[in-house]
Amino acid sequence: MANVIARLDDVTLSYGDRVVLKKCSLDVVEGAITCIIGMSGAGKSTILRLLDGLRKPDVGHVYVRGHDICHMRESELIEMRTKIGFAFQFAALFDSMTVGDNISLPLREHTSLSEDEIREIVVHTLDSVGLAHTYDNMPSELSGGMLKRAGFARAVVTNPDLVLYDEPTTGLDPIVTHLLTDTIKRLRQQLSATAVVISHDLQSIYMMADYVAMLFEGAVIEYGTVEEVQRSMNPIVQQFLQGSEVGPIPL
Amino acid sequence: MSVRSESEGPNIEAAVERASVGALEGVGRKVNSFFEYIGGVTALGGEAALTIFRLRIRFSETVNQCFLLGYQSLIIVLLTSLFTGMVFSLESAVQAVQYGFGSFVGGIVSYTNVRELGPMLTAVVVAGRVCAAIAAELGSMVVTEQIEALQSLGLAPVRFLVVPRMLSLMIMLPLLTVFADVIGVMGGQWIAHAQAHISYDDFMSSARQTIGFEDVVKGLFKSVIFGIIIALVGSYQGLTTRGGAAGVGKSTTSAVVICIIMIFILNFIMSYFLYGGG
Repeated sequence: MANVIARLDDVTLSYGDRVVLKKCSLDVVEGAITCIIGMSGAGKSTILRLLDGLRKPDVGHVYVRGHDICHMRESELIEMRTKIGFAFQFAALFDSMTVGDNISLPLREHTSLSEDEIREIVVHTLDSVGLAHTYDNMPSELSGGMLKRAGFARAVVTNPDLVLYDEPTTGLDPIVTHLLTDTIKRLRQQLSATAVVISHDLQSIYMMADYVAMLFEGAVIEYGTVEEVQRSMNPIVQQFLQGSEVGPIPL
Repeated sequence: MSVRSESEGPNIEAAVERASVGALEGVGRKVNSFFEYIGGVTALGGEAALTIFRLRIRFSETVNQCFLLGYQSLIIVLLTSLFTGMVFSLESAVQAVQYGFGSFVGGIVSYTNVRELGPMLTAVVVAGRVCAAIAAELGSMVVTEQIEALQSLGLAPVRFLVVPRMLSLMIMLPLLTVFADVIGVMGGQWIAHAQAHISYDDFMSSARQTIGFEDVVKGLFKSVIFGIIIALVGSYQGLTTRGGAAGVGKSTTSAVVICIIMIFILNFIMSYFLYGGG
């Protein structure tokens, strides 16, 4: 049985009257890339926020490295987050800082490294996502794909053992999508880190995923390897994978 | 002549009851959200105070904010204070001379400027410019996930964003108030001389006799409190922004309105206690 680095245990979470997750359980296997698929608004991004302690469930538990993070104090959550990387959907770089400063920030705040050492690490990390030349650029000067890669660089610069990617390829052309998918796979190998990826892009998922979880109406309805999910007999999963309008998924 | 059916009576009563319950619920919700707001701002202030007390301060960012929020407000503060001092002197000097109180004009203008107009007007002007800017900046950061990004990097938004703004306003608002006091009195002195032929020396002599160091210190104490209020209300409104660009606009407007109302209320309360009203 593979080691589990993070676990959602019967989690229910609502935003106002809207129930987003309903008794949702999910295991994230250590060292693997787990992709979460599902309809828009199914609660996929909420799962990432739960794993990073940015949201607390109404009911249920979230475990990271065996610790229930629902009852952690803010200082403990901050400590925990330094070992988790989060690449946001729209990169969420701080627009008042250069790309270099954005990526240096966690190192400046959480390590006692000198400025020279930080710069060396940041340049190396930017180089690993093909953006070494953008160190002094402002985020507003980068394209959508470059922003996402800079977001990746910030997420992994502290060598986290768990990296969360929120829709890394959404809205990008096929070439950049392929490039980012390769980058996620390469970063996982370089860092030996676990990755959880939210995506709608099935081709990317087939390329990188070790495990796939399908979320529907607030719960995981299918979980397995890519082949297992592709062979699923569940009509909801098949309708989603085929992109068909006809089937049990209400449109 | 209309004939009422027997069933109309209970229907009307039920409608009145529903309306009453609805009105009460509405009042309850307003009261609830009012205390929620006060609680939220107080909690934010407590967290910021704790961060400052633990000396977890980002000094370079605080200096940067002093420039952005304080120094860049200087011109607008000087202009509003100058013309307020001038118009106050214009309204009072000629009348005072007519009734034989010309020698008191310097005292009246300085007294009002140092104790009330200087601190309050500076706070209102800075609130209009800065509170809106803080709410808009932090609100934009919320809707573009930058606040969540900060948290995900293990950084507390209060330490990173709120404390530098609060400290810079605690430092810069009293400084701006000193400038406002001086320029307001100078404007008043010039108009008193030009319109009512009160000499510069008589004006300053009256001012020196009327206001003391204690008045200046109390005025500056008010400014520190106003600085905290501007930073906290702007930050709270920004950090609680919901709903994209429209939400940012709403937060910005609310921040300025709430902040200015709070400045007026607090100014009265502080004047009451500081100047012997209690």
